[in-house]
Amino acid sequence: MDWGAILETIFRGLIGEQFVYFGLAAIGLNLHFGFTGLLNFGQAAFMAAGAYGLAIIVTTLAPRINDDEGMFQLNIGEGWMFVIGVFFGVIVFPIVLALLMGIPTLRLRADYLAIVTIAVAEIIRITMRSPRWDWFTGASDGLSGFSRTFYDLSPFDPGGRYFFNLFIGNQFFLVLVGWAVLAVSALICWLIIRSPWGRVLKAIREDEDAARALGKNAYSYKMQALILGGIFGAIGGMLRAIGFSLAQPDNFITDVTFFVWVALILGGAGKVLAPLVGAGILYAVLNGTDAFLREAVANDVISDELLSGTQVGQVRFMLMGLLLALLAAFRPQGIFGNKEEMALDDR
Amino acid sequence: MWLVLLIGVLASVLGLGASSPVAAQDDGDDGDDTAEAAESIGGQLRTRTAEGEDVFAEGVTMIVFDADGNEVGSAVSDAEGRWRVALPGPGVYDVQLDVATLPEEVPLRDEGRDRLEGIDVRAGAAQNTLFPLGEAIESSDNTIRFLQLTVDGIKLGLIIAMCSIGLSLIYGTTGLTNFAHGEMVTFGAITAFIVHVVYPGRIFGIPGTNSLVFAALVTIVLAGALGWALNEFVWKRLRNRGASLIAALVVSIGMAIFIRYIYLFQFEGRARFYRDYQIQEQWDLGIIRLAPKDLFIIAFSTTVLIGVGLALQKTRAGKAMRAVADNRDLAESSGIDVESVIKWVWIAGSALAATGGVLFGLTENINWEMGFRLLLLMFAGVTLGGLGTAYGALFGSLIVGIFIQLIAYPSWFPSDMKNVGALGMLVIILLVRPQGLLGRKERIG
Amino acid sequence: MIAEFKEGDELIPDAGPHPKSPRPTGSADISTGVDSVAARQALAEVPWEPGAPKPDPILVADHVVRRFGGLTAVDVDHVEIQRGVITALIGPNGAGKTTFFNLLTNFDTPDEGTRTFEGEVIDKVAAHEIANHGMVRTFQLTKALSKMTVIENMKLGATGQKGESLFKSLLPFLWKGQEAEIEQRADDLLVHFKMDHMRDEFAGTLSGGQRKLLEMARALMVEPKMVMLDEPMAGVNPALTQSLLGHITGLRDEGMTVLFVEHDMDMVQEISDWVIVMAEGKIIAEGPPASIGQNQAVVDAYLGSSHDSALDLDRDL
Repeated sequence: MDWGAILETIFRGLIGEQFVYFGLAAIGLNLHFGFTGLLNFGQAAFMAAGAYGLAIIVTTLAPRINDDEGMFQLNIGEGWMFVIGVFFGVIVFPIVLALLMGIPTLRLRADYLAIVTIAVAEIIRITMRSPRWDWFTGASDGLSGFSRTFYDLSPFDPGGRYFFNLFIGNQFFLVLVGWAVLAVSALICWLIIRSPWGRVLKAIREDEDAARALGKNAYSYKMQALILGGIFGAIGGMLRAIGFSLAQPDNFITDVTFFVWVALILGGAGKVLAPLVGAGILYAVLNGTDAFLREAVANDVISDELLSGTQVGQVRFMLMGLLLALLAAFRPQGIFGNKEEMALDDR
Repeated sequence: MWLVLLIGVLASVLGLGASSPVAAQDDGDDGDDTAEAAESIGGQLRTRTAEGEDVFAEGVTMIVFDADGNEVGSAVSDAEGRWRVALPGPGVYDVQLDVATLPEEVPLRDEGRDRLEGIDVRAGAAQNTLFPLGEAIESSDNTIRFLQLTVDGIKLGLIIAMCSIGLSLIYGTTGLTNFAHGEMVTFGAITAFIVHVVYPGRIFGIPGTNSLVFAALVTIVLAGALGWALNEFVWKRLRNRGASLIAALVVSIGMAIFIRYIYLFQFEGRARFYRDYQIQEQWDLGIIRLAPKDLFIIAFSTTVLIGVGLALQKTRAGKAMRAVADNRDLAESSGIDVESVIKWVWIAGSALAATGGVLFGLTENINWEMGFRLLLLMFAGVTLGGLGTAYGALFGSLIVGIFIQLIAYPSWFPSDMKNVGALGMLVIILLVRPQGLLGRKERIG
Repeated sequence: MIAEFKEGDELIPDAGPHPKSPRPTGSADISTGVDSVAARQALAEVPWEPGAPKPDPILVADHVVRRFGGLTAVDVDHVEIQRGVITALIGPNGAGKTTFFNLLTNFDTPDEGTRTFEGEVIDKVAAHEIANHGMVRTFQLTKALSKMTVIENMKLGATGQKGESLFKSLLPFLWKGQEAEIEQRADDLLVHFKMDHMRDEFAGTLSGGQRKLLEMARALMVEPKMVMLDEPMAGVNPALTQSLLGHITGLRDEGMTVLFVEHDMDMVQEISDWVIVMAEGKIIAEGPPASIGQNQAVVDAYLGSSHDSALDLDRDL
């Protein structure tokens, strides 16, 4: 068994790409659930919004609107198209999505939002998969070819290895950008949660009627939180698509949302740094288990009959589900939190 | 309206009964093949164009495996799509269709249904198999198509209803939005598959124990027991610890994922089918065409649902369930043993969901995530009808089922988007009538 | 997106910008400038009958009807609430008091009818806007925000906070000054209610009575003209009752209008200046507290209801 490789995987899980993607998505979910009490089970849809916002603008639309013989001969440069794509992916799509999810449900009981967010996430995924709009969305194969502008900015040698040999050049660039974005996002989160705005969110989480009686427009605040949290999720999803150089519908199945949830609850919902702690630990555990099992199967420590290669991939989902259920039942305040402050168990 | 239709259908079945046996789908297959070997598996690969012309799939490789997965033999279909493989003896066999050899103009109707498993060949039998090919034939007559879709929708709606009654009653009595309810549906389908296909054969030599009906009965009992156990060992304890509804909801999601991936782990990603009733020619009932099993599903689930409705209306237990779902505190103070009611809601709800799972597996296929797919439709149905009410769940589910089928009525509507239509409807309902069609507005404060 | 409420808005003429000067401890300024003594005296002229007109009504409800399914929970023809006094809303179980209360505060929408506050029709005003009009309510089941500290609870009550806008919240220098003023005012009120020693405790650790006090103090942060209390004594330790009663009469003496729902007759007798009695969704009697005990309609309503004890914990309809 190659313990070194396993340790490396664990370390990479702790700080690597998945930590970045899911940390960002969990920062968003923390705003939704941790601070406002919104049961968003469609964070994967916000992630998809970020990925597809960029991909559709750069891959689908750019060649069409820049076509010398087409209807629009705009000739916008590749760099600008990327910027427009980022704008759509990070701002426009998440806002539209949040309105779609929020308008029917934010006036209703919390579990309606849970149902609708899951439903909307499925609607979007199935729609993206549909061959009917293949030219626009790439159907089940997804869209690619939108990440070049990003990697062109990388100062690192694409072939070289960086950071204790963990990442190759492009990956390292992505992870570095990711860390920066994470840091800024966490800072923004910290700032607004300590402001009167954050105070209103917490009040809504505790008791919406009390907040309304004191003159706070709960509906509007919940919508703002849904949008802002969705934007963080979209950034995470966009970086994920850039990391894969691919925006594909099946990368945004509902289970992705649940990974974000586990990360958040693990870290302790309602704390600013929880998403980062949770995402790091979650992916260290998941990837570590994964690497360990693969090594064990490869070295016949575990027999093939007991566990095949494809089944190893499923273990992580089982583990995630089990973690989610156990945490919610026994440590709703997260692994480090104390119950006084904020727990899943509040309502 | 559909009841009238159903009666009409039943009547025509009785009328046609003698002349259309539950067909081995293959015609023109009389004897000369079977003379070569005592037992064989074969069939005819064909489909029909919209104009009614027969199209045969020639040159398709069919491979037969025995129960241990060893190849027994293979055959290539002839110009009329016929193929036959001689068998070493009676037993249980699998047939694999080599998709790569299929002509392009006749694809498999259900992608992934390229393998039939657990085909029981009795001594001396020339067993026939059916691989549905090509697009399902769609009638050019719009009225007939409309009727056909409506009947399909009723079937789907009845199945959703059966599954979602438990979901709604559990919500009504305990406040839990149980995201793991879909997994109970899958449990039903898979358990029945295991009893029926994986370990077939007569149990204790009792005739009939290798039938799907027997498997379904076993499944229902097991599901009821599982429902009881889940309530007793998970949900009751969480309630007693005073866990919040949100925490419970998240627990149910975690459990759902855990169980679902255990299914995948054990059952693999492929779609499977029951051995019984999978090869049935559709009966032409004059106006619409139905496989006998579909008719059975409609009749059976209607009976069950009417039974459930009567039980809720007339029996003491049923009244207690409705009372607790309506107002738990009031029910408790008027002497109803709420915990006992909740226990029975779990048992009955789980058994119904599992039954729905068997039926759903029978109409479509059995796979590890069928329950999750159905769960969203159940939510749509239950929300439409009014969360927490038994009749609402029934009514809403029927509408969702019919809606899903009928939304594909305009031919431009992409059939892979049918569920999107239903989920979109869910969002719109919440916008205009959040309490559901049968629900009441809640009072604040 | 957020309703901006400017200080000194004409809707609340008396509640201008708060003086910045530090005040002596325990003397939070909650005065509205209404002469409560005169207001009480004016009540003497009012006839003892349902729907009696008041000399200076702050809140008026006209033909307010609310139905749930086939059941008419509230059907109030006309009622006026006098400014500057304590009015009690009482009635047996299921009389529709809480429903009516929700309708008056716009937490529920009536099927018919009009409500007027300070001469302005408030039918179309959203529940959260009501606070900005100068009316603030509390709840029967206390809604102290338990995972927030006492001082955070208090600061939440202030209206027109600049930092409650998402974009401004990112720039602390825009709202820090106002925040300091709000905190000062909150501290003064806490001293006034003798809760300053628990300033930084989580509200969840407070006792039932302390929560009621906190909720009342927090309501005053809104700088209202009228305070609506839903069963202020429910779940309060008897030892705290007297002090709570004192605080309520204190509000009145500062010129605040108080309307409260209550079923404890002793408390009603003790502090209210005017009593409105509801039964079966209708107002059946009005008058000073002393007149109510002798009113035949009231006696019939209480005796006729199945849960007749006035001490019943009234969960209402």
